[in-house]
Amino acid sequence: MADIAARNPAGHPSQQRSSLHKLMQRKSTIAFLMALPLILLITILVAYPAGYAVYLATLNKGMTRFVGFGNFEFLFGRDTFWLVVYQSCLFAITAVIFKAIIGFVVAHFVHNIPAKGQRKWRGMLLVPWVIPPAMSTLAWLWLFDPSYSALNWLLAIFGIEGIPWTGEAGWARFSVILVNVWIGSPFFMIMYLAALKSVPEQLYEAASIDGATWWQRIWYVTLPMMRNIIAITALFSLIVTFANFDIVRVLTAGGPLNSTHIFGTWAFRVGIEGGDIPLGAAVSLFMVPILAVAATFILRDITKRGSEV
Amino acid sequence: MVSMKVNRRRFVAGTAAASAALVAAPFVRSANAAGKLSVGFWDHWVPGANKATEALVKEWAEKNKVEVSIDFITSQGNKLLLTTAAESQAKSGHDVLAFSTWLPARYADQLVPMNDVMEPLIKENGAVNGTVEYLGKLNGKWLAVPATSGSQIKGPCSRIDLLKKHAGIDIQAMYPAGAAPKADAWNLDNFLKAAEACQKGGNPFGMGLGTTSDSVDTAGALFHAFGAQLVNAKGDIVVKNDQVRQVLDYYKKLMQFLPADVPSWDDASNNKFLVSGQGTLIMNPPSAWAVAKRDAPQIAEQLWTHGFPVGPKGRYAPFLPYFWGVWNFSKNQSAAKSLIIFLSQASSAEKMTNASQGYDIPSFEKLTTFKVWAEESPPKGTLYHYPNPHNHQTLSIAAAPAPHKIAEQIYTQAIQTQMVVRYAKGEAMDKTLDWAAKELEGFSRN
Repeated sequence: MADIAARNPAGHPSQQRSSLHKLMQRKSTIAFLMALPLILLITILVAYPAGYAVYLATLNKGMTRFVGFGNFEFLFGRDTFWLVVYQSCLFAITAVIFKAIIGFVVAHFVHNIPAKGQRKWRGMLLVPWVIPPAMSTLAWLWLFDPSYSALNWLLAIFGIEGIPWTGEAGWARFSVILVNVWIGSPFFMIMYLAALKSVPEQLYEAASIDGATWWQRIWYVTLPMMRNIIAITALFSLIVTFANFDIVRVLTAGGPLNSTHIFGTWAFRVGIEGGDIPLGAAVSLFMVPILAVAATFILRDITKRGSEV
Repeated sequence: MVSMKVNRRRFVAGTAAASAALVAAPFVRSANAAGKLSVGFWDHWVPGANKATEALVKEWAEKNKVEVSIDFITSQGNKLLLTTAAESQAKSGHDVLAFSTWLPARYADQLVPMNDVMEPLIKENGAVNGTVEYLGKLNGKWLAVPATSGSQIKGPCSRIDLLKKHAGIDIQAMYPAGAAPKADAWNLDNFLKAAEACQKGGNPFGMGLGTTSDSVDTAGALFHAFGAQLVNAKGDIVVKNDQVRQVLDYYKKLMQFLPADVPSWDDASNNKFLVSGQGTLIMNPPSAWAVAKRDAPQIAEQLWTHGFPVGPKGRYAPFLPYFWGVWNFSKNQSAAKSLIIFLSQASSAEKMTNASQGYDIPSFEKLTTFKVWAEESPPKGTLYHYPNPHNHQTLSIAAAPAPHKIAEQIYTQAIQTQMVVRYAKGEAMDKTLDWAAKELEGFSRN
């Protein structure tokens, strides 16, 4: 300390100015300052509410005393809660798989369209993703309407009996997943398209010279080159799909018989509509461990491959 | 959120005229008590209905020299519910707020007692019905004052022509305009027969069995008609009883004659069903009739609002009151109470009811005979029986008389309609009752 003080005589204004100047010149300082508005925003809009939700989840129904993990223990004993866990996993995993498959296939189609017309197709295919989901889901609600479904009207033309799109548990689950896939597939498509464009053409040429079939080119060239993008896209989509609210809320409100509730909608039903805010907070927090496990596995895989490269 | 500001420069606070006005106001006793007031009202469905409230507030504000700001907050997307929750958490917000059905009890600890407001109002306007008392009064304390705007009965609204054609029922003779009902034959057995006849005739009854308010209210009234309680007033779970079994059996028979998709109906489905001309009967306040009047006048001409069928334990109709309450963190509680008293006067209530085309029903017994209900048309007298002017049916709320914290959960989680659908779709009675008992056990936690 004495050594530092000797080499760095405190109180000398010109030297102080110079060290401040040096600090401000550092790339890390500039980066931090530039990121500061975003950090503040995230602290206010994400970290504080998340912390507050944790606090709420530890209170009793009347919010008058601390109950620790009492709300979580209570949830574990509820059949409806386990139905919501099952439904949330089914909804998120099925939707992400279909979004990934459809996105992959469509990305290939678009990639093979001549460059001149490709921009129009890309724009059109992105439409479902850019419309606010609450609005597009309303349009789907009218298509699925119990009494006046446009889809059933089309089926009737071919003599097929109407489908209870939102009236039967199975069909209602299918309907909410379908709408989520419709909205989310363009995101996968655009990410995969970007990844496809970055695969060096020489690899395909080399594979062709080696006599690789279409399937072998996909399996041995395209997929390995896209693995990281596929993993990150799937993780991102899994988080967003798990946390979905608007599609289920608008389309079925969790019905029939709670068969389409996911964490977000059930948390709202219990916490806001039912007046049990601590329990609602506990329901919504239950997503965190599930997503944390998924994120750990996916990100670890990406890091492993990164170090292999 | 629709916002309107009523500003008045308080430049004559010391003048004789202003002093006289302040003295005249019952709760605004000094210049300091005047000040500012922020009010959050429910944003009415009926176009133009907010204007009557706005005009009344303006009149009161000018008389009392209070600067009032009004927000009309929609209940669409639960905005009013979220506003209430946010204000309760933040302990800041409107001085006066509209509280829907269960909210006075939910926020009982944060609301200013209204006994000093309710007691004179009851003396003046007559008693309130049991449902208003159950929802608005806790341990002898009035939590809020029943509001005219938004309060409604969800009784049957039927097609005169189709009921006559398919079921041979003359609903106008049963419920004549301007006279007491002659509806002894309008019981649950005949209701079932009529439902069957109308379904066979191609125009079924449209009673939702989803999880939203309209469905829950209808099921609640029928459960009451059988005396079927899930949880009693003490908070004991009593769901496994004969009355519950009877109402589930009845509903199972009834469901055969309802459209197959009723388990997925929301609060708009029944309105659309009636206005489209498909349905013979729905359970709704006159909003469906008002829409038909605008969009399908030939159907509106055939609509008649009337009472519920009588069951083994009586004739019950769902009543959903809104309340006006004052937060205990309000800075101008005396002015807030004064405004609520003014809005609860018979003349104010009548103006609101007129502006809502008869939709709004004051909760006080002397205020159910306004001219608007007798005069609204087409057809003339269609709303005469809507406010229950002859006390022909008991006004009720689903899940009563369970303690509020349990009843609210039964209502919002639609336990009754879920029980009906489970059983009607083939689940064994005992399994349905076990499921309900387990859910109810969860609602009983503190």
